[in-house]
Amino acid sequence: MDKNIIYVDHAATTYVKPEVFEEMKPYFTDLFGNPSSIYSLGRESRKAVENARSQIAYCLGAHPTEIYFTGSGTEADNWAIKGVAYANRKKGKHLITSAIEHHAVLHAFDYLKKEGFDVTYLPVDERGFVNPKDLAEAIRPDTTLVSIMFANNEIGTIQPIKELAAIAKEKGVVFHTDAVQAMGNIDVKVNDLGVDLLSMSAHKFYGPKGVGALYIRKGVRVDNFIHGGAQERNKRAGTENVAGVVGMAAALKLAYENLDEYNSHLRKLSDRLIDSVMERIPHVRLNGDREKRLPGNVNLSFQFIEGESLLLMLDMKGIQASSGSACTSGSLDPSHVLLAIGLPHEIAHGSLRITFGEKNTEQDVDYIVDNLVEIVGKLRQMSPLYEDFIKKGNNK
Amino acid sequence: MMYSEKVMDHFMNPRNMGEIEDADGVGQVGNAKCGDIMKMYLKIENDVIVDAKFKTFGCGAAVATSSIATELIKGKTIEEALKVTNKAVVEALDGLPPAKLHCSVLAEEAVAAAIEDYRRRHGYDVENSQQCPGCCRKCESDLDE
Repeated sequence: MDKNIIYVDHAATTYVKPEVFEEMKPYFTDLFGNPSSIYSLGRESRKAVENARSQIAYCLGAHPTEIYFTGSGTEADNWAIKGVAYANRKKGKHLITSAIEHHAVLHAFDYLKKEGFDVTYLPVDERGFVNPKDLAEAIRPDTTLVSIMFANNEIGTIQPIKELAAIAKEKGVVFHTDAVQAMGNIDVKVNDLGVDLLSMSAHKFYGPKGVGALYIRKGVRVDNFIHGGAQERNKRAGTENVAGVVGMAAALKLAYENLDEYNSHLRKLSDRLIDSVMERIPHVRLNGDREKRLPGNVNLSFQFIEGESLLLMLDMKGIQASSGSACTSGSLDPSHVLLAIGLPHEIAHGSLRITFGEKNTEQDVDYIVDNLVEIVGKLRQMSPLYEDFIKKGNNK
Repeated sequence: MMYSEKVMDHFMNPRNMGEIEDADGVGQVGNAKCGDIMKMYLKIENDVIVDAKFKTFGCGAAVATSSIATELIKGKTIEEALKVTNKAVVEALDGLPPAKLHCSVLAEEAVAAAIEDYRRRHGYDVENSQQCPGCCRKCESDLDE
């Protein structure tokens, strides 16, 4: 990567770690066999796929036969949600999720709604937490699935998944969690958590793009989503992405080995950023919870300015981040997550998401803060909202 | 998102940004809810716009369209300025991404609103002209591209 670029959008994607790439390489060229072929080249690939499955299962504390490879985290989410909904449709057609899910989950539920399912979207509080009491009250005799994300991709809030899964289990309802953002940041163990299904995506934890996995607890009924050959124990057809799953397993193994160190590194950077922004820039708020958040996530709303302008100016300084502003999404509405935690539209428009990774440094943080002070100041000078605010005599 | 060089230039180096203390006409359009507000200040002498300044809350395209609009209307009579369409604004910027075309409409409306304010102050009978009342999303479908 260009030395002059400060990449702070790791929740969007990460690069592939060199040691992960090294492990993947042979499967693009020399060891290209189809894992379903019976000759030795095929058997090599089969071995690699099953080793990868075992490694991932080991990290999660699951059995290898409970891990299914997919083409993305989005596919894993879609399969889990539609698969459970359809497998249980004779039992009931009520499904529960939260208002702040990733679109991979929300739009899958929207689709099922059109197909005649009844969906409850649980609200969240001002920090983005689902209230376990709300879940308990929402479950009905015809509820078949609860899907609540582990950690939010925009504001980083980490849900009380163990408690939520226990409520579903007590009522005999299948529980899925979208752990795409949590994996690689949190020591996720499926049995400790009590979840029935869990989605992940390799490119969020320094693995390759185009590969994900779905954990399906033994005994949980899920309809097939991709039909074709007999791969993935007859449940997900398509020739395995051998290099991809090898990379995902290698990346996850590295992540689990360095979890504590990685966490404290990210936390130190996030705390430094939050503290200095709060000290140096007025009229700013931190979105999400200060403690129960992903260690590398900082989501800030700067009053009186708009997020896309902020991103463009940061980009000019080599800082690559993200925003919940409408203008970056192509729609007129700002992020559904920021609206769900109760932010007014005009404040949600002025949001900035910074997500740190392993290579970021304290110098990066200081450079970001110095530039934020300048850019926010410049955009406020340009803002009629700020002008009104100043003319009203700051009486707020 | 692909902005033209011209858009980026007007965004990074906005022309005529600021306010005119003793403006003869001030117009504000847009809505914070949608993420765009433009405020246009005009200094008018003998029906000629001798100075124009703006303040904008919004995306890169919103800032750039405001900036270029002030350049397009300066030195023009108010009648001429009212004929500067959103299309002219888009052309002067070497184009805008489709999702950002509404910003050019806003720029046209901001100029019209400031002129309307000037005329009202000078006792003209002003019929209620166009003003963005909020997110009707009309500008998404109604664009003069």
